[in-house]
Amino acid sequence: MKDPKILIIIPAFNEQASIQGVLSAVKKHLPVADIVVVNDGSADSTALIAEKEGVVVLNHPYNMGIGATMQTGYKYASRKGYEIAVQVDADGQHPADQIEKLIEPVVKGRADLVVGSRFLGAGEYKPSLARSAGISIFSNVVSAIIRERVTDTTSGFRAAGRRCIDFFAGHYPDDYPEVEALVLLHKKGFSIMEVPVRMSEREGGRSSITPIRSVYYMVKVLLAIFVDLLKKV
Amino acid sequence: MDYFQIFSIIGSVVLLALIINFIRLGILKERYSVLWIACSVAILILSVKKGILDYLAVSLGVAYPPSLLFLVAFMFVLLISLHFSVVISIFHEKNKILSQEVTLLKEALREAGINVGGKGKDGK
Repeated sequence: MKDPKILIIIPAFNEQASIQGVLSAVKKHLPVADIVVVNDGSADSTALIAEKEGVVVLNHPYNMGIGATMQTGYKYASRKGYEIAVQVDADGQHPADQIEKLIEPVVKGRADLVVGSRFLGAGEYKPSLARSAGISIFSNVVSAIIRERVTDTTSGFRAAGRRCIDFFAGHYPDDYPEVEALVLLHKKGFSIMEVPVRMSEREGGRSSITPIRSVYYMVKVLLAIFVDLLKKV
Repeated sequence: MDYFQIFSIIGSVVLLALIINFIRLGILKERYSVLWIACSVAILILSVKKGILDYLAVSLGVAYPPSLLFLVAFMFVLLISLHFSVVISIFHEKNKILSQEVTLLKEALREAGINVGGKGKDGK
């Protein structure tokens, strides 16, 4: 595959503080790639800033959540015939210079989905004790299910190949998409691979997961995973 | 005939009349009324034919037969709520697909040089 068509999908909800920086970094490091910002009903000037940067902006009519937002991006990628789609967060925690590491295994046909992991050596991410307990529980549960070692199950820094793009366009989980997508892909027989990446602190906004809610979040995600196992795909 | 029986007969007849009237007026779709009709008919039968209720109560070990009527009604309410949850989930999925199509269509129109307004470029 020579010069595959690459689409960078950036889901954004009220990210006016960081979107500009993310867009210019991606353009600088990957000038060949097209960029689409999926604006999930932001109330701020996220969409305006992105349009001024000259990228395609898909505007949801109302806030639909991260799952539906990613899926809109995958539907766009699928219909426009992109061979590779890369998910990059709009808050600046996914450095553009790491994107190529994600794309490479997909181009070489070594995996359908490549997940960028903070825990494989690159960078020096040190989560809090409670957080690392949660991360290791997710990691162990998901690894056991898909029979492949996944260290960073909640990472939203990913590259998907053609087959995976088409699958996501039709089926993408709603509530906890990062973790659930891994389980669904495994059920469909897609191959998943992790590569070490460095991530930075978010530039603006804050994580949707606050410490107080993290236990509740964990229980819900674990439940969702087991429900996914029962689901017909 | 005791007061309880009279009360439950009147109650279920009124419920049935309401349901049928709602269907007649077109404000209740037939597909969402099946469980409601089944519920009111079941309570009506159990109220009129007291023998069935007594027989069921004895065989189920319920000491006070009218309380079985509550159990039956409660089961129906549970079933109806579950039915609503399923219906809402289906609507949620359909609504998501529809909104995504609108989003993608607006981009396709923008690409073709047609501005439909609304959220995003040149719109509010």
